[in-house]
Amino acid sequence: MTRTIKTVGVCGAAGTMGAGIALVAARAGFRTISYDMKEDALERSAKQSAAFLDKSVERGKLEASKRDAIVGAMSRTTDISALEDCDLVIEAVFEDLATKQKLLDRLDAVCSEDTIFASNTSTLSITEIASGSKVPTRVVGMHFCLPAQLMKLIEMSPGILTSEETFESAWAWTKACSQIPVRTQDKPGFILNALLVPFNNDAIRALEAGVASAADIDKAIKAGLGYKMGPLELIDLIGLDTQVRLCEAFYPITLDPRAATPPLLRRMVAAGLLGRKSGKGFFDYEGNAMYGA
Amino acid sequence: MTYAIIQDGPSRSFAEGDKFLAGATDRDADVIVHCGTPFVADPGKAAILVELGDESLAEHIGEDPAVTNALGFARYRNGDDAPSKLVELVRPASASDAAVAAAAKVFKEAGLEVVVSSDQIGRIVNRLVIPKYNAALRFLDEGLATQADMDLTCKLGLGYPDGPLERIIRGGLENHYDTTQALFETYGTPAYAPPRRAVVSKNMSRRRDR
Ligand SMILES: NC(=O)c1ccc[n+]([C@@H]2O[C@H](COP(=O)([O-])OP(=O)(O)OC[C@H]3O[C@@H](n4cnc5c(N)ncnc54)[C@H](O)[C@@H]3O)[C@@H](O)[C@H]2O)c1
Repeated sequence: MTRTIKTVGVCGAAGTMGAGIALVAARAGFRTISYDMKEDALERSAKQSAAFLDKSVERGKLEASKRDAIVGAMSRTTDISALEDCDLVIEAVFEDLATKQKLLDRLDAVCSEDTIFASNTSTLSITEIASGSKVPTRVVGMHFCLPAQLMKLIEMSPGILTSEETFESAWAWTKACSQIPVRTQDKPGFILNALLVPFNNDAIRALEAGVASAADIDKAIKAGLGYKMGPLELIDLIGLDTQVRLCEAFYPITLDPRAATPPLLRRMVAAGLLGRKSGKGFFDYEGNAMYGA
Repeated sequence: MTYAIIQDGPSRSFAEGDKFLAGATDRDADVIVHCGTPFVADPGKAAILVELGDESLAEHIGEDPAVTNALGFARYRNGDDAPSKLVELVRPASASDAAVAAAAKVFKEAGLEVVVSSDQIGRIVNRLVIPKYNAALRFLDEGLATQADMDLTCKLGLGYPDGPLERIIRGGLENHYDTTQALFETYGTPAYAPPRRAVVSKNMSRRRDR
């Protein structure tokens, strides 16, 4: 049996992921409540979402009436008690176990016993997050990809105590949103990051080991395997500091040497080479040119 | 830039009928390409290229710093799949820039994409992709997700043209065993240790051959 979901709450809705997830929900016709602790950020992200929808209308990908319906389905709040009627609450707050557990504890007090709580965590355990709720059977992993409003994939993971009904209901909801769910165990990095983070580290280590230049490493992976992006330009996009955080989240749990922070990565972050956002990482982004660093 | 191909047996880089084979001239050419034939030093050539499998170029040309025009190469290929457009040029420490440029030119003129790798086992692509394939095979054994879901995740989430598991299986688990074993013998790291499914496939074929 799956639960009927009509109203969806998104926590951390002013953030990168939360804003995209709210769009996914509203676009599929669900009444969507965007909750964040930061009011100004919530206003800013509402404007960005409106601009995204306007662009979709301009490009002919969305009818103007549909846009109005989506905007009409969305509301925003900094008051957590506004989530009381939600059938599903998806959290995309900071990637911090205590923050997420505390949020679930507060949601317990606000929502009905059978509201489903989904976590968009990338690196934490669903089971550990779920322990923040008095009803851990209602908590499920629902990992969207960036940017959520454009990417179809969702990694769905049950924690140890997640009920099958919770999982099935959340799964059905992702399909109702025209997303594409895959089922994975509650293990560090699920599928995507478990494969990607060590692979990206290996590329950094190959560079450090003098196997080839940054440009040739990326070119080899693209031409040889048909990937759209080379690993080093991808890390530049993700941010080298974020890559360090991913390593620090996974390595202590898995002790997989491939997940450990490569020394070169640490040095580059110390030198302020963070990738695109700082103008330079493995490649140079100043003046639109892209050179090997 | 003219080139001659000296070949003994089938080449993994250039199947019969490959455009590159058709473009070859005679032994007076600027560049000599060895496919399965022993390296012969000739300082008069712009470059002498040795086709490689999973081994080090030094096995063929030695480590003599006086040899400045010898290079290795391999066209990247996933097991039995058709070769990709990528040529990994293996540059030993002794090689001159001029030799590298001549070698790159020969392949680029044939429409191939060229990268330069140092003489380390696995070069660029296998060094990087094999641990990922091994992890995917291990995850499958451990029940992380189904093969279909793992492949779909890579295609949808990472934009890969195909998933890692469908790729390894299509290219042949036995081939995967051979490559990962070569890397494992060299580096000794668990990431290259042949995963169960590849070992099974290899052992079954050994039994068939017996
Ligand atoms: N950025 C990515 O590529 C990506 C991809 C997939 C999953 N994730 C996961 O999504 C989550 C959010 O990541 P992000 O990059 O969007 O972060 P972000 O910093 O952009 O957004 C987090 C938002 O949560 C709000 N917030 C924090 N604590 C809160 C609380 N207690 N109550 C209400 N609001 C709170 C913040 O004000 C902020 O707006 C993390 O769990 C992350 O691991 C991120």
